[in-house]
Parts: sequence; C-alpha cells; structure tokens
Amino acid sequence: MATLDVHHHIDTHDHDDHGHEHHHGNFWTTYIFSEDHKVIAKQFLLTGMAWALIGGVLSVLFRLQLGFPEANLSWLKPILGGWLTAEGKIDPEFYLALVTMHGTIMVFFVLTAGLSGTFSNFLIPLQIGARDMASGFMNMLSYWFFFLSSVIMFISLFISTGPAAGGWVIYPPLSALPQAIPGSGLGMTLWLVSMALFIVSSLLGSINYITTVINMRTVGMSFAKLPLTIWAFFLTAVIGILSFPVLFAAALLLIFDRSFGTSFYLSDIYIGGEALPNQGGSPILFQHLFWFLGHPEVYIVLLPALGITSEIIATNSRKPIFGYKAMVGSMLGIAILSFVVWAHHMFVTGMNPFLGSVFTLLTLIIAVPSAVKIFNYVTTLWKGNIRFTPAMLFSIGLVSFFLTGGITGLFLGNSAVDIQLHDTYFVVAHFHLVMGSASFFGMMAGVYHWFPKMFGRMMDEKLGYLHFWLTFIGVYLVFFPMHYIGIAGFPRRYYSWTAFETFSGFADLNMLVSIAAIITLAAQFVFLFNFIYHIFRGKLAPANPWNSTTLEWTTPRLPGHGNWPGEIPTVYRWPYDYSKPGSKEDFIPQHIPYSETPESNLPHENDQIKLDLGGAGVGGHKH
Amino acid sequence: MNEAVDFKIVEAPAKPISMNPKKFGMWLFIASVMMLFMSLTSAYIVRQAEGNWLYFELPTLFMISCGVIIASSVSMQLGYWAAKKDQFNKVKNYVAVTTVLGFVFLALQYLGWKDMISNSIYLVGNPSGSFIYILTGLHGLHIMSAIVYLLIVLNSAAKLKISSSNMTQMEMCTTYWHFLGLLWLYLFVFLTLLR
Ligand code: HEM
Ligand SMILES: [Cu+2]
Repeated sequence: MATLDVHHHIDTHDHDDHGHEHHHGNFWTTYIFSEDHKVIAKQFLLTGMAWALIGGVLSVLFRLQLGFPEANLSWLKPILGGWLTAEGKIDPEFYLALVTMHGTIMVFFVLTAGLSGTFSNFLIPLQIGARDMASGFMNMLSYWFFFLSSVIMFISLFISTGPAAGGWVIYPPLSALPQAIPGSGLGMTLWLVSMALFIVSSLLGSINYITTVINMRTVGMSFAKLPLTIWAFFLTAVIGILSFPVLFAAALLLIFDRSFGTSFYLSDIYIGGEALPNQGGSPILFQHLFWFLGHPEVYIVLLPALGITSEIIATNSRKPIFGYKAMVGSMLGIAILSFVVWAHHMFVTGMNPFLGSVFTLLTLIIAVPSAVKIFNYVTTLWKGNIRFTPAMLFSIGLVSFFLTGGITGLFLGNSAVDIQLHDTYFVVAHFHLVMGSASFFGMMAGVYHWFPKMFGRMMDEKLGYLHFWLTFIGVYLVFFPMHYIGIAGFPRRYYSWTAFETFSGFADLNMLVSIAAIITLAAQFVFLFNFIYHIFRGKLAPANPWNSTTLEWTTPRLPGHGNWPGEIPTVYRWPYDYSKPGSKEDFIPQHIPYSETPESNLPHENDQIKLDLGGAGVGGHKH
Repeated sequence: MNEAVDFKIVEAPAKPISMNPKKFGMWLFIASVMMLFMSLTSAYIVRQAEGNWLYFELPTLFMISCGVIIASSVSMQLGYWAAKKDQFNKVKNYVAVTTVLGFVFLALQYLGWKDMISNSIYLVGNPSGSFIYILTGLHGLHIMSAIVYLLIVLNSAAKLKISSSNMTQMEMCTTYWHFLGLLWLYLFVFLTLLR
C-alpha cells in the first residue's frame, strides 16, 4: 500500500508543476469543453440564469390567468400561438403545463444545478486550496449532461401536445397515462428522459464535490477550519448522492408503466367507462419514492444558500460567525433528519394516523436545527460593524424568508392542521418563501459577492440596492397574501375560481399578487443589466475587495488554470478571524500563521507556536 | 524576548489525510448504486404490504448464478493478489476468468428470465413479477458495465501496465466487482425471503 500512496503523491506533484502552464488552449477547450472548475461554474451559472428567466416568464403567464381571469390575452398570440383559446385566454391544459414546467425548472434547473453547480464548482477548489476538482473530466461531463437535459426539457416546451403537465411532482396515474391529459404524452416522456440525464449530471457533480472536499484540501485545512460554505456544499452533495438515485428508481418504474405496460403504480383505472388492463399497482408507492427524494431535495436547494449566507454575513458584519460548531452541527442534523420526514407531504393519502403522528414529531424536530441557524445569523449580525453590500442585503433577505417560511412549516407539519391546509395556497406560500425565495436570494447574494473573483470586475452597488429592494418587497407582496388565500381554502393548481361564488372575494388579492409578480420579474432585468454590463465594463476588482479571510481571495484578480500562480497557500487558522481583539486589521486571512500575529493571538493559539530556540536545522519545515 | 535572534518559530500545520480521489469516487458511486437498489427493494416491501401479490417460485437458475458470481469474485481477488506480487501472467488469466464468469452470470440471468416466462411470469403483469425483471435487469446492466471495466483492465494487464506499484485501476475494478457480487447475493436473499 505504501508504494501506492507514493505513486499518487507523485501524480499530484506533477500536476502542480504544470498547473499554470496550461494556458495554450483554443476557444473550444478554454470556454466550451473546459475542464477548469471556474469555467464550468460559469457555464452552470449562465445556463441557470437562462432557465431562471424562462421559469420566471412562465410564472407570470399563469399569474396573468389567476389575477386577471377575464382579460383578453390575444396580444400574447405571437408567443403562445395555439395555446390561447378563441376568447384570448390561456388554454386550461396549457395552464397546468405552465405550472408544472415552472416548478420543475425552478427546483431542479435553477436552484439545484444553477446554485450547487455554480458555487460548489467555483468555491470548493478555491476555498479548500486545490488546483481543480478531483476529476476535471467528470466535472465537464456533469455540465454537459446537464446541458443535454436542459435542451430536452426546452424542446418539450414547444411540442404540439405541450410539455409535462402533471405537476412538478408528476404523480401517477395522471402522469402515467397519455390518455389522461395531453401533457402526459410525449411531453412527459421528454420530462423523464431529461430528468434521468439531470440525475446523472447531479451524481457526477456530487461525487466530484465530496471527493474533492475530502481528499484535496491544502496543508492545514482540517475539517474544523473549513469555511461554512464548503461544509454546506459538502453535505448537499452527500444528500444528493443518497437521494437522487431514489428519484431515478421512481422515474424508472414510471417509465416502465408508461412505455412497457407494467403496473407498478396503476390499478383499477377506468377511462371512458373502459377498464385498463393494469392491475395491482399502487400510486401511493410513487409518492413514497418521490418524496423520499423530494424532501431531501428541498434541502439540496437550501443548504448551499445557507452556506453562502454564513460566509457573507460573517464577512460583512466583520465578526466571527456565531457558533461555528453549532452551524456545522445543525447542517448535519438537517441533512440526516431530511431523510426521515418525507411522509409529511402525504398526510392526507390515507396514511395510518399513528404513523402521521410519528412523522409530525420528526418534522417538528427538523425545525430545531433550522431555528439554531437563524439564531446564529442574527447573533452574528448583532452589534456587528455591518457593511450593507448588495450581497449582504440579499443574505439578510434570505434569513428573513427562511424565518417567515419556516414558521408556516410548523403549521403544515402538524398532521391534523395539514388536513385543512394541504394542497392549498398556504403550502405554495410556505415553500416559495422558505425554499424558492430564500435559495434564490442565497444565489443572488453569491453572485454579487463572488462576481469580482469570477469576472475580475465589480458590479454596481446602486443597481444592486434597487434590485434588492424591488425583489424583497415584491416577494413578500407575492407570497404573503397567499397565506390568506390558502387558509380561505383556495386549492393550488386550479385554472380558475370564478366559477365558485365563495372565492370571488379574493379576486382583488389575486390581482395584487399578479401585479407584484410582474414587477418582481421586471426587477430581475435590473440585475441582468448590472451583471452583463459589468462583466465587460465594470471597474477592475482588487484581489480581495471585501477584506475577506478565505483562500479564494489570495488568488490573483482573475485566477488562471490552477488557481494560484505559485504554491498553494497553507492554512493556519479558521476562516472567521474578523475584528480579532489586538489585531491591526479587522480581518486575518486563513493563510497567515499565528507566529505573524502575536499581538492578537489567544493563549491557546500561542501554545501552537512552538519556540525552537537555536535549532536552525530542525525547523526548516515552514511552508 | 525581542533580542533573541537565533530562535525560529515553527508552526507545522498538518497535511489533511487523503485517499486516492479516484478510489474514493468509486466508493461514492457504489453508495449511489446501493441507494438505487435500496429504494427499489423498499418499494417492493411497501408494494407487497398492500396485498394483491402474486406468489411464484424464484427460478432455481438464480441459485446457480449466486455460485458463479462468488466464483468470479474469488478469481478477481486472486488476480488482485497476483498483481500485488507482480505476477503479470496470473493477473491476465484471473481477470480473463472473471470476465468469462461474468458472461456466464449474464447468460444464467437470461435463462432465469426465460424460465419465468415459461411459467407465464411476464414483465407486464402483477408487480411481484415485474419487480424481479427490473431488479435483475438493472443489476445485469451494472454487471455489463463492470465487464466493460474488466475488459479495460484486461487490456492494461496485457500491456503489463498493472503491477504492485500501479494498482489503482485493478483495485477499483476489484472493489466494483465484489460490490456487484454482494449486491446480487443481497437481492437473491431478499427475493427468496420476501416472496
Ligand atoms: C421548519 C421546518 C419545515 C417544516 C416543519 C416543513 C413542513 C412542511 C410540510 C408539512 C409540507 C407539506 C404541506 C402539504 O403539502 O400539505 C411542506 C411542504 C413543502 N416544503 Fe416545507 N417545511 C419546513 C421547511 C422547509 C424548507 C427549509 C424547505 C425548502 C428549503 C421546504 C420546502 C417545502 C416544499 C418545496 C414543499 C411543497 C412541495 C409541494 O407540495 O409541491 N420546507 N413543508
Ligand atoms: Cu418536506
């Protein structure tokens, strides 16, 4: 075995030497089929942003229907074509497709691939001190599987029977039977193919992230010194590896039911008075499989955003993060618990009430680590020397959404209360605040914060503030009223309520929501301009614009292939030495040894510096 | 203190323990494959508990394929040990034997399917049968991927690229092969006990 390890060591050493000589690639190998983690991160970011735009436009389309049910939308004919009825309204079938695609796109393509793909790729090697991911090739493959999956999902938007329309959760039998709705035909097939590729991409990515974090850390970077971002990306990848195969299994059985006539999910179904041959299947089985992925998936979406927030809040409060160990512990707790609460999505499927109580209990327990995280964010901010950069505002926005959205989770988690609230707009409000908006804000915070390292230039702060306030207020205006609409009993995924006298009272509220949604979408163009313009025209960024402590800021303005032109820095301290008493500066980067900061060392840190009087030869070990 | 010219400050951060990234990645891949089969067998249990479950005997050929897969694991392990001792010819032979046994295993699974078909257990029908086709089929696909891997290793062995100082590929392939063997034994026991 010893020989083996030596061999491996030589491998990496080799790589180090050549690390910064790899510049001579042509356009294709540098920007398209690149194996450099930074380029791949940008590819994920740009694709994710394109998807966010598409997903946002889809949501405004169905909000038009919900807010203005009587309006004539024939001016949308050039875009929607045959999906408008003769009276200029959105086709009810297409409405379902819009909701489905919006959900799928946002959850998987934007907030999973766009978020994890961008920031895990960009930050893991830079923050742990590695030249690149463990396998650049697999990393590239991961992006291209995602790209292929994106192309297929995109094509499905344009086929004549329309894209999948059974909801992002694709419950059978609706999704299993092409006779059920037009969207369950070719559209659903493309959805499944696309998602299968997506799962492959996600697994390739996750395997790489975990391997890199565990095996490629620089000297001194112990687990206790990892930035919380890395902890978050790491645990996200672990959840991904354990849960995405389950979605794959669910989808596989569904594919067999759809295309080969098996009956895993189908039984006793009559269509037009005719019985289908399928016997013995169970649609509830699908829900178990789906939500065994589905609930961990919501944390796959959220954890990276929480990690990014930890980093940004500590940096911009100029304070060490409060309760580093508690933060790691709660993320670990969330990661584990997220696998044992899935049935809270199934309280009304006829589940045994005792089992319901068990899942209620487990669900309420997961609120504890979530609350710990919120507490720690607030205590980090407390009496901090706060700098309100756009990234900081978005991070604080995340904390706000995580709180308001998390609280409604406690209501939904009670199986008895959920009987009333299940499948109403209350659920929609809950998860859009806690997952959708919180993660989106985390992603935005990350873009504003790391833009200088990604593109070597600065974004405009004023436009950032405008973007933040419009989006922050917009999000609350969109989702807060939905709580009331939900408590009043409005079911989700309904095309129209005008037929019910009871619900007519909320027409104005729905109109408000729709107007707010349009304004919120419009505000994203402020960001888009800010982003694109400043990639080319922004003022040049300093190497460490936020006076931050982590390793990525020790690289040059635009790190090349291999990240550090010279040796990889060694890590001596944790990443949160902000405003350390006695220190000259209000931050001490991770690569500064304690021996250089005697004025601010704590007693136990001084103990780590061994004084080696006179022994010149022995100590030649300093990296 | 400040006039001490000849002291040197030594602060030696430890190098984090690390493993070969490729081998580590293989373990993670194995974990995800395991989750895939765990979820399918859990689905089996959940579905079975709901009743309307067709009982039939598992093809006896599956028992033979258990023997074959164990034999193939033995030969793979012997190949691994041979590689560690730089016995190049033995490596080649053992890997070749493993590959052949892999094909035999696939053939047995296929015959097992034919057995089920002749007993009127089809893919389409009661889920108790469909599950078996899915589980064995999916496992078979993984065996095929492992056979491709074996052929790659065989190629390296023929070029004498596998030796005690260059074991990564051999080690990863051995791990994967043992895992798939164990996975089949698990599936077999599972399917035998939960009819
Ligand atoms: C305080 C902790 C939380 C609790 C107790 C909780 C509880 C629940 C419950 C019981 C439901 C099912 C409601 C129903 O369908 O009737 C639900 C739905 C949902 N939750 Fe949470 N939740 C919590 C936090 C979160 C977080 C942090 C996220 C995401 C990051 C999230 C995302 C979702 C999503 C996406 C749905 C709806 C899925 C759908 O039906 O389309 N929840 N939550
Ligand atoms: Cu959940």
